[in-house]
Amino acid sequence: MSRVGWYRCAIVLASLAVLEALSLAGIIDRITMQAPHLIARDFYRIVVSGRMNSAILKTLANTLAALGLALGVGIVAAVLLHRARALRDTLDPLFATYYAVPVFAFYPFFIVVFGLGDLPQILIGFMLGVVAMIVNTLNGLDRVPGVLLKTARILRLPPADVALRITLPAAAPHIVTGVKLAVAYAFIGVIGSEFILSRGGIGYEISFAYTNFDNAVMYPLIVLILLASIAINAALSRWERALLERRGML
Amino acid sequence: MAAPQVRLSGVGKTFMAGRPPAPLHALGPIDLEIERGEFFAVVGPSGCGKSTLLEVIAGLTPVSGGRVEFEGRPIAAEAPDGIGVVFQEDASFAWLSVAENVGFGLRRLHLGRSELAERVRRVLQLVGLSDFATAYPAQLSGGMRQRVCIARTLVMEPRLILLDEPFGALDQQTRLLMGDELLRLWRQTDATVFLITHALDEATMLADRIGVMSARPGRLIDVVQTGWPRGRDSRIMEHPEFGAIAARLWKTLREESLKTIGRDAATGSAP
Amino acid sequence: MSARWRGSRNALLLVAALLAIWQALYWWVGDSALASPLATLRYTARMVSSGDFGAHAYDTMRAFVIAFAFSVAIGLAAGFWLGFQRIAGDTLEPMLVAVYAIPKLTLYPILLLAFGLGLSAKVAFGVVHGVIPIILFTLAAVRNTKPILIKTGRVLKLEPGEMVRWILFPAAVPEIFTGLRVGFSLTLIGTLLAEMFASQRGLGYLLMTGIGLHNVEQVLSVTLLIVVFAAAVSVLLLQIDHRLHHGISRGS
Repeated sequence: MSRVGWYRCAIVLASLAVLEALSLAGIIDRITMQAPHLIARDFYRIVVSGRMNSAILKTLANTLAALGLALGVGIVAAVLLHRARALRDTLDPLFATYYAVPVFAFYPFFIVVFGLGDLPQILIGFMLGVVAMIVNTLNGLDRVPGVLLKTARILRLPPADVALRITLPAAAPHIVTGVKLAVAYAFIGVIGSEFILSRGGIGYEISFAYTNFDNAVMYPLIVLILLASIAINAALSRWERALLERRGML
Repeated sequence: MAAPQVRLSGVGKTFMAGRPPAPLHALGPIDLEIERGEFFAVVGPSGCGKSTLLEVIAGLTPVSGGRVEFEGRPIAAEAPDGIGVVFQEDASFAWLSVAENVGFGLRRLHLGRSELAERVRRVLQLVGLSDFATAYPAQLSGGMRQRVCIARTLVMEPRLILLDEPFGALDQQTRLLMGDELLRLWRQTDATVFLITHALDEATMLADRIGVMSARPGRLIDVVQTGWPRGRDSRIMEHPEFGAIAARLWKTLREESLKTIGRDAATGSAP
Repeated sequence: MSARWRGSRNALLLVAALLAIWQALYWWVGDSALASPLATLRYTARMVSSGDFGAHAYDTMRAFVIAFAFSVAIGLAAGFWLGFQRIAGDTLEPMLVAVYAIPKLTLYPILLLAFGLGLSAKVAFGVVHGVIPIILFTLAAVRNTKPILIKTGRVLKLEPGEMVRWILFPAAVPEIFTGLRVGFSLTLIGTLLAEMFASQRGLGYLLMTGIGLHNVEQVLSVTLLIVVFAAAVSVLLLQIDHRLHHGISRGS
């Protein structure tokens, strides 16, 4: 591991040590947060008992649904918009300001229209992720060097070949960036919605545990979400890096 | 005498450009015949339409007037079989290895695996990249990446090779060496070579004939015969006639270049 | 048609299209689930002029402004420090990027337990959202200062203070401003989310009570106000951002 890698491990361990010390000394009282080693114990207990499994599955299923929609609609929309210049120019201000608008503000509206179920959450996750996918895919398509497409014509490649063997690999780094963002956003959308108002899922369990002062459930679940999101993001970032490095774009 | 491999008759090209779009007469009319197996270079001031001329011959752009024939058949807007192009920008596929790059166009020919590998191996040896077959373009120098593009073109065994300022991004010494390489490949493949360059010394040392283009709209205002032996290399610079030929090119070119600069100074635009 | 006109025309077309879709949805779904654009606008006018609303809006704005002030102060300071201190920057940057991807709403209960229900928790949550992009963009701006600029400063024999004021800072401003712009939007989102989750007062609270009372018009009105406010400010900041980036790079 590199030097900075060791520094990062050191920072994480030191922070945990400080938290542990402050908890044991009573400066952080047990109502606010229990000591890290106790959180670890509670985490283990929850995993072993399996009582959160249905909540985890529900969140996972909804996130995957939101992600699938975001990727599917996102890529198709990007490919279409790349051809339709006029439509793309019209939608440009929407894409530029999209992430400034609190998409969660629409959640109550979705609940009113669709009722309190899985669909509003999936829609929020989809809404958050789809624009990142569109914008990044468009970016990738824009950056396919014109000279590569001319080469394709000289080599007399059929259109399907051009799309699959040249356009797609040339745009791949940016597409993967879009996927990475869409995954993070779908996750944020679904869990955030579960928090605000829902009937199940991990976000709901955390919110329920909070209202019932049940730190033994709340903190381990928060840790679970942190670990999951960091791990997935790290894996996708590594993929993104690998693509960029091979192409000498780093 | 055999029919010319490439024939341009009254070829012209007009684009719609600017805001509001107005017709821009970029090229022509041009009459030109290129013989099978010759090395023909084109020089001209910036913006004179050299690249457009190449794209017209390659079938990448349709002509606005006149006609282009390759091996007796007219070229429309599709690249005919048997023509290879090396562009000025790096056209190597960054996500494929050198060997995969070179073999890219062969997939369409439905060759057997071993035959494909053999052809790639031979061409890599020809351009001197045998040791880098598994490397990726990002790991190579600019000159080597251009050699990958040249190899990818050669492996298709084209009868006409078009090169658009292929060494433009390289330093002078690398350019001269790459010029020698190009001559060697020309001799070994027996293809016709059509080279566009802005470097007069490069055109003079490499070509059998050199066409000089006027400022826009580009027309051929002079064609100079060098008469060099086929077995030449960059040391042809020592030949007593070299300086005279280069000087003649510059005499014509200088006037046209001044016209281009003068016009751009007047209109305040860049070429 | 010049670029400016085309931009405005596109924006208007977009707004018109969105309104049309809204109206069409209303005809399809009916009164129980939606209100028409016109009804929503009328309700908004009534709601805004009622005394109650002002208090809620003030609550949200107060939390947001304080949170943004903190985000900017902490963000700029940390960003500059990490930008200059190579090792610290290299070490912490990926960790900050990782935090960026976490569903931060999961951290809110911790903040509530630490700060209690009320303004401090809302502010803390807004800061958690907004400070990270400001740090990351400022860090990048400092780190990406072109060496040629520093060389130019040395050739002109500038003192360190002059170097920063006349060359380094102006060169970094466009990128820093982008960070501030993103930080602005995220701080607002963070503040609203906090109000939606642990509802006490504010616009987020109004949204949630709208659901509870099944007051469709209220939900839509508050949503509309939030969206319009966020979009308007974002467009304004984008214009400034655009001008900053193009002014600096003009001629390059």
